[in-house]
Formats: sequence, structure tokens, C-alpha cells
Amino acid sequence: MSELHTQSLRQLSEALHAKTLSATELAQHFLARAQADTTGSFLAIDPAATLAQAQQADARLANGTATRLTGLPIAHKDIFVTREWPTTAGSRMLAGYRSPFDATVVARLGHGDHGAGMVNLGKLSCDEFAMGSSNENSAFGPVKNPWDPSRIPGGSSGASAAAVAAGLVPAATGTDTGGSIRQPAAFCGITGIKPTYGRASRYGMIAYASSLDQAGAMARSAEDCAWLLSALCGPDLDRDATSLDVPAEDFSAQLGQPLQGLRVGLPQEFFGEGLSSSVREAIDAAMAQLRQLGATTVPLSLPLTELAIPAYYIIAPAEASSNLSRFDGVKFGHRCEHPADLMDLYVRSRTEGFGEEVKRRILVGAYVLSHGYYDAYYLQAQRVRRLIADDFQKAFAQCDVIAGPVAPTVAWGLGEKANDPVANYLADIFTLPASLAGLPAMSVPVGFGEAGMPVGLQLIANHLQEGRLLNVAHQYQCHTDWHLKTPQGI
Amino acid sequence: MSAPLIQGYEVVIGFETHAQLATNSKIFSRAPTAFGAEPNTQACAVDMALPGTLPVMNREAVACAIRLGLAVGSHVAERSVFARKNYFYPDLPKGYQISQFEIPVVQGGEVSFFLGDEKKTVRLVRAHLEEDAGKSVHDQIPGHSGIDLNRAGTPLLEIVTEPDIRSSAEAVAYAKELHKIVTWIGICDGNMQEGSFRCDANVSVRKPGAPLGTRREIKNLNSFRFMQQAIDYEIRWQIEQIEDGHAIEQATVLFNPDTGETRAMRTKEDAADYRYFPDPDLPPLVIAPEWIEQVKGELPELPRAMAERFQTEHSLPEYDAVTLTQSKAMASYFEAVTNGCGQPKLASNWIMGEVSRRLNTGEVDMASLPVHASQLAALIGRIADGTISNNAGKQVFEALWSGEGTDVDALIEVKGLKQMNDTGALEAIIDEVLAANPKNVEEYKAGNAKALNGLVGPIMKASKGKANPQQVNELLKKKLS
Amino acid sequence: MSLTSQDLQRLAKLSRLSVPEADEARMLEPINGLFHLVEQMQAVDTQGVVPLAHPFDVTQAMALRLREDRVSEPNAREANQQSAPWVEDGLLVVPKVIE
Repeated sequence: MSELHTQSLRQLSEALHAKTLSATELAQHFLARAQADTTGSFLAIDPAATLAQAQQADARLANGTATRLTGLPIAHKDIFVTREWPTTAGSRMLAGYRSPFDATVVARLGHGDHGAGMVNLGKLSCDEFAMGSSNENSAFGPVKNPWDPSRIPGGSSGASAAAVAAGLVPAATGTDTGGSIRQPAAFCGITGIKPTYGRASRYGMIAYASSLDQAGAMARSAEDCAWLLSALCGPDLDRDATSLDVPAEDFSAQLGQPLQGLRVGLPQEFFGEGLSSSVREAIDAAMAQLRQLGATTVPLSLPLTELAIPAYYIIAPAEASSNLSRFDGVKFGHRCEHPADLMDLYVRSRTEGFGEEVKRRILVGAYVLSHGYYDAYYLQAQRVRRLIADDFQKAFAQCDVIAGPVAPTVAWGLGEKANDPVANYLADIFTLPASLAGLPAMSVPVGFGEAGMPVGLQLIANHLQEGRLLNVAHQYQCHTDWHLKTPQGI
Repeated sequence: MSAPLIQGYEVVIGFETHAQLATNSKIFSRAPTAFGAEPNTQACAVDMALPGTLPVMNREAVACAIRLGLAVGSHVAERSVFARKNYFYPDLPKGYQISQFEIPVVQGGEVSFFLGDEKKTVRLVRAHLEEDAGKSVHDQIPGHSGIDLNRAGTPLLEIVTEPDIRSSAEAVAYAKELHKIVTWIGICDGNMQEGSFRCDANVSVRKPGAPLGTRREIKNLNSFRFMQQAIDYEIRWQIEQIEDGHAIEQATVLFNPDTGETRAMRTKEDAADYRYFPDPDLPPLVIAPEWIEQVKGELPELPRAMAERFQTEHSLPEYDAVTLTQSKAMASYFEAVTNGCGQPKLASNWIMGEVSRRLNTGEVDMASLPVHASQLAALIGRIADGTISNNAGKQVFEALWSGEGTDVDALIEVKGLKQMNDTGALEAIIDEVLAANPKNVEEYKAGNAKALNGLVGPIMKASKGKANPQQVNELLKKKLS
Repeated sequence: MSLTSQDLQRLAKLSRLSVPEADEARMLEPINGLFHLVEQMQAVDTQGVVPLAHPFDVTQAMALRLREDRVSEPNAREANQQSAPWVEDGLLVVPKVIE
């Protein structure tokens, strides 16, 4: 029983279906661990609600209507609204908020009609409104990296990564707007994947940057991610106008394909001066491993890589500034006490409710959309975005997947860059381009760097090629064991 | 031909009309649009902008826009874009309104109508789709307002004109014509009291030939009656300001029907920067030419085309044709009556006369007319074939209207209204009256044609009103020639 | 391109946020640091390049899906208002809105 929390979804699923384990027992095991959590990952735990779901799952396992995911524990980034747990988006603005509906992703994984029947352990912390790369921007306290509690887990899905790495939950949902699944997965030594923009429904995912946000999977292996991603992706034509009308896919179908003949592109811009040598070493070793498995590497150039930073940090704040206007103290969320008049209601509620980085991005967003600046900033950023996307298309003519680091360094210390937002922005350089282009991308643990901290390899594929990405990662994981490593004491 | 100047100033008016589209569900959500529900019972999660909600586009709202575009001869854009208009107001739950900015769905077009005898044409700049905001109720709790989001998300078509209008009368005529069009094609119920058709007038004045003056916007003109009054007041106010040496400051004003004055609303806090940008939640709206053709095929005959047909087919004068096509209901009524009796001019006279008079009291509308087309047709038939006089016809009509009877012939019988058709008896009466009124006879023979009138009266009286006035005239002239 | 304190206050007002003078530098520094990067972006020649609003556009032109005009949201006032700060008779209460 004590190793349950290091087992993969596949292993746990087999046990459930073989009836050597019940969903209820599994839930109890992980609830106990979640409640004893020292990483600060969980914002909301409700044992009664969890056990009720476990009971439903056990019923399905008994009557033969279970899927491979039924009864498996999951936890959701607190960006996804849930009916049975409060949703905060890591913000004081939504402290205590109760959504009357579940996010589509939550319903698909859980007990909605046609849901997979997973059992929700609770809500996971994140950077406020998904804005941040360290989970230090959560209003409810920073989250600690299980590999080294003096370091950040990454962000914004920092707690999702930390919880999986610490064995508090075998898998978690995350969201990735500029790297918020990939980077924390890399920093915490787990596997994480962001699908093609539009593959997963955004309905019920509290919006940060609408044209960039995507839900994704975080777990201990590519196979686990494949299971999870397959269930949470799929058209939501009724509720999300940006949802792609492309049939849902079982991304685990091609996991077994050998990598012979795979062409892996290596963009020179991802291997420049800023890359720490320890990260570089781990990446190089991973590439050697892929070559051993039959892949060839192709040198590439993505010349506008650096410009992805200003382009993203104009587009995302612009959309966010508008998306966050609904938080006004009128219909839900924080309201200041005794507002003197309407203006006071707005200003005080929003100033009290939002943290500093969120406010900063709202101001930037308002600026770049301002009359007179819109063309020079927002439109220019969208044009550069197209150029970046076009460069990827050119690259994919020469290779099947693109590989490189997820981040220039390993996870840094808590507080180290907390007062230097721009340093945080700069560290996003490798993940931003795929976000802007809406491409599927993932992070795979490939070793350890400085101070024994995990390093992640980023893999990027063309639109709708999630199966390919997971195949490459899975084959790599069949021949290495980085993904099986756990922090001390876990 | 331009409108008269007011104190030497030319008036320049542009109109913006918000027509609520008559769809079942909202433009971006599946909540109902029905008027008058209990507060916030028709505001679903999307309408309330709850975290995580997203807009999904209503096909029928687009179809309505296409219909309007076709009806006013505009270009329906193959590709148009929804944009966010960002501002804070309690009745605007998202803190932005989803509207269309740079690329609207309908572009150009024009609306023509008569102002008196003169034909006017007002050009449209554009019409675009957007969502309506909620409503506020004030002081139910002192010092506070209550927000009802039922209306939030109702589809609107905002129809914008060029500043082609040159007088308040023309403004009202334009508004009425546009009202007719949107109700005629069934995209809007036109109920102004319920806020289905809201007009804003941008008014400025200038000396002829001078550049355009600064305009002030009169918002929420929701009745034709107050529309003209409000615009007239605003014009006089602006002229007075200018004459006193004050510059006109751009402002939004509201008309107070009790005081008859327009007053500036909010101070122009740096002409709000709406930070328009294309809504990332909504891909571009694409309208295929096939869809436009399909809608064109389903569009009813439009009022102007129908009016032209009435002139050619029924030889009606333009004035009659335009009056009869003031609403689809009235036009249908006219056609039904004409089909029944084959007398289009008489049908027109009766509808523009007796029917309209009663409609104008506001007690009934076309949908609830107590006299069916078939009944009026029968009545007109009996006048045309000489059975009854026109005056007698009015009595029968009144009887039909009040419900005294339902059958025209029966009523004629019961009321004894049949015209006298016995020439012999009539001649006898005429001879008697001629004998009794020698003076009139002399005057007529002397050349005073009007002297005849003095004879007609007594003849009609003697015949107890049953004489056929035409026959009386004919016989009189014959006898006196 | 540097934002001044005046710019900041204008943007704060537009965004219904309050940034006290003491916090201005803290708020502005990273923003101006970011704009240094932005200048590089602005130097890129993007003549004739169509802005990319919907990322999938590079693969397939996105068009807005249209749904049937059918009502399917029943009255859920209580559930939708469960997190509302102040409700009276079904109305959301705010300080008086002055027209």
C-alpha cells in the first residue's frame, strides 16, 4: 500500500480492474497524503465529496461501465471551476467562490455524462489567474518544489507538478498559456503535455489569455499523460467557439511505434548562451538517447525566438486585461466593505482582490490596447506571432518534432526572482514560441542539473500531432528511468 | 431640396438605432429573451459572466442581420469580426460588450421615405450585431441600484446613418420608416415601450457651407412623439448657446419628457477609451453567398416594392400606396379586401378613412380589427353596385365594427338602407322639390351651378335618405337643362 | 517607450485599479523593463503580414460556428447567484448608478 503513490495510472488501473484495490481505498490513501501535504499544493480538500466520487467509481467498476481511468485519483488546477469544491484561481478575488457548473475538462474526467469517472482529490494552487512562472504569485502562499523545498516548483501550474512529484496524486490537470505546464513539469521532474490550441475545451477554465490558454495533462509518465489527455481533449462545439471540430483521439494508440527514422529538429536559438551548462548536458544526453533509438537530428533555426517574449507579453496581458474586467465586486468575487459609490466599489474591490503581478499585467494590457497604441503594439505582436508560427511550419517541413530545453536553468530559489518579474518573463523564452503558434508541446524528465534539480526536455510537434509527441516521449521512457525517480522521502 | 434653416442655421442629424432582434435565445447564450420575466431568471451563467464562461453565436441573429442588409440594399459582409468594447458599468457583466468594430456584418445601404410630398433618402453607414446590456432599478434600497441581467445578451442590430438628416420632422419620418422595415421583415417586434427599438440622435448645427458643428447625442429616444420634441429643443438650445458665444461641447444628453428639455448626462470623462480589439473567443463570422441567396428568397415583398406594385396593378396614387404599405398587416388587409370586391380605390379610401380613423384612437390595432376583410369587401361591393349610398355604408360599417351585426346584407335590410332605385318615384319627388323651390331653379338656370346643392338636400330628405345621390344629380341636371 | 506616472494613473483609472504613489515605481519598473524588449519587436518589418488572432488559422481558416436559436438554459438564479455579494429580490445590489 505504501508504494501506491509512486505507481503509474496504468498500474493503479490494472489493480482496480483486477479488484485488488478499490477506488475508495485508493482515494483514502491519497487523501491522507494530501492532507499531510507540506508543499502547500492543495487549496481545497473535501474528503466527503471525494469519497462520494470514489463510491460512484466503485459502482461503475462493479457493473462493467468503467473506463481505464475510472476510479483513478486526479486533482485539478484551481483554474478549472468545480461545483463541489470552491474555485479561487489562486486569487483573493475569488476566495470562497462556488461555481454552479463544472468545467468541461472536469466533467469529461469526472462523473459528468460520458465522464471517465476519475476521483477528484481537490483543487491545486497556481499562480494567480495563471499569471506567473513560479507559483509565488498565489494569494494563498507559495508552493514548494518537492525536490528542494527552498525552491520554486515552477508555474503557473506549480502545485499540479509538485503534487504529482510528491506523490500526493498520480496525475493532475494543468493549464499552459506560455509554458505553465511544461516548465513546472520540468522543474519537478514529471511529464506534462499541452495539446494543440483548441483541442481541449476552455469552457470552465478561468480565462487568462483566450488565444493562448490550453488545458493539459501532468503525470509520472508519457503513457499516463496519454491516457489523461485523450479523455480531456475533444470538441466542445456547444460551449466553446474556439474548440476545434476535430474528433477526439486515443493518444496512446501509437505509443509503441519505434523511433526509427524520426527526424528531430534542434533550433540553434534554443541552445545559445543563456542556457545553463548543466541543463545543456542533460538535454544533450537525451538527444544521444534518441539517436540510439533511431532518430536523427536536424539543425534548425527559429530566428524570431527571442521576440516571442515581447509578443507574448503584449498579447497575453491585453487579453487578460479584458478577461479580468468581469471581476468587479458586483456579481461574484471579492467586494470591498462599505463602498462609498460605484467607482469606489470597483476600484477598492479590484485593488484589494488582485495581486501585484495581475495588476501589472492588466495595466500593460490596457496600455497596449489603448487608442493610438493598438496598432504599434497589439497588432504588431499578432503579426510577429504569425511570423513565428510560419517559421514553425517551415521547420516542420524538415523534421517531425522539435526538441530543446524547457527552461534555461533548473528551478530557482523561492524569493530569488519574486521581485524581478522581467527575469521571470525572460526565462519563458523556450516555451513561449510554441504557445504563440498554438502547437502541442510537452516536457519529459531527462536527468538532473545544478543542485540535483530536475531538467526537462521539450518536444514540440505540428498541429494535432499529440500522438507523435507522446510516442517519442514514451519510447524514451521505455529506455530510461528518469521519470521513475522520486524526491527523497517520497 | 433641403430643409428650412432655423434662425439661419442648418441642422445636421445622424441616427443610431438599436433594434432588439426577435430571436428565441440570446445572441451568445441559450437563455430566453422574452420580456418581463422576474429579475435574473433569464440570466444564465454566460450572461452573468461567471468565471470560465464563453460566448456561442446564435445563427438566427445573423439571419436577421442578413435580412436587414437585403431590405436596405446594403452589402452583407462575407467576413466580419466581433470585437470587445471595454468599459465598466454594472449592467455590463463582462466589463466589455461584444460588438463589431472595424468590420461590421452589414455595410452601406439606404432608407427612403416621404416627408410630406418630398421623397427623402438617408444613407446608412453600417449595421452591426452586438449584445444588449442589463437594466438597473434605482432606489428600491435607498442610495442603491438593483441590477437585473435578464436583458444582458439580447441580440441587437445597431443601425447607423450618415448625417444626412436635416430636420426633426425628417428624423421622425426616417425612424418610422426604419421601424416599419424591421417589423415588416420580422426581425424586430418594434415594441418601443419595451425597449425593442431605441434611437439615439446625433444633432449639430452650422451655418450653411460651414464645417460640421460639434454634435451632442440625445440617447434613448423611445417614442416618436417625444423624438421630434427632443430634437427641436436640442436644436434651439444649441443655437442659443452659439448665439451667446458659447462653444458646443460634445456630450451625451437625455430628454426629459416632463420638462421638455435635453440635459447632458455624464461629463465626457476623456471620451472613454474602449480599447476595441477582436474578441479572441470568437473566430470571424463567415457568411456564404448561398446563405444570402437563401435569405433573399425567403424575404417577404418589401414595402416599397409592394407600394410600387399597388400603383401599377391597382392604379392607386403613390400617396395611397405608401399609406397602405405602412405595415404588412394593413397591406395584407387591403389586398384581401380588394380581392374580395375588385375595387382597389374604394378599398383604399375605406382603409385610409374609416379604418384608419378608428385605428388612430389606439383602441385597436390591425391584428384586432373587428371588421374582417371579407366584410369590408362585401360592404364596398354593395356601394359599388348602387345598393346603398356611401353614407349608408358608413352606418353599416359602424354596425359591423361595434358588433351589432356581422352580415352586410342583413344589416342593410334591418336598417332599411337600400337606396331608392325606382326612377319614377324619384322623378316624382324631384318634380315636387323643383316646384317648391323656384328660386334655386332660377339661379341654376342663370348659371349658378351651386344652386343645385340647395335642391339636393330637400330631395334626399324627402326620399328619407334613400335616394342615390348620383342619380339625383343626373336627373336634376336633365330636368333643368 | 517609457511609461510615466501620469500614464500609469490614466491606465489605472481605465482599469478601475488604484496604484498609490508609493507603489508606482514598483509597478512601473518591470513594465518599462518589458518595453525595452518590445522596442526590438517593433523594429521587425511586418509589412503585409496578417495578424494571427486564432493560432489554428495557419493550418485551417477558422470560421465562427453558429448554433440553433433554441432556448436551453432554464432559470438557475439561485445557483448562479450563490456567490453574489448582495442580492435583494433577485436583483444584484450596487451603490446607486447615476445616469
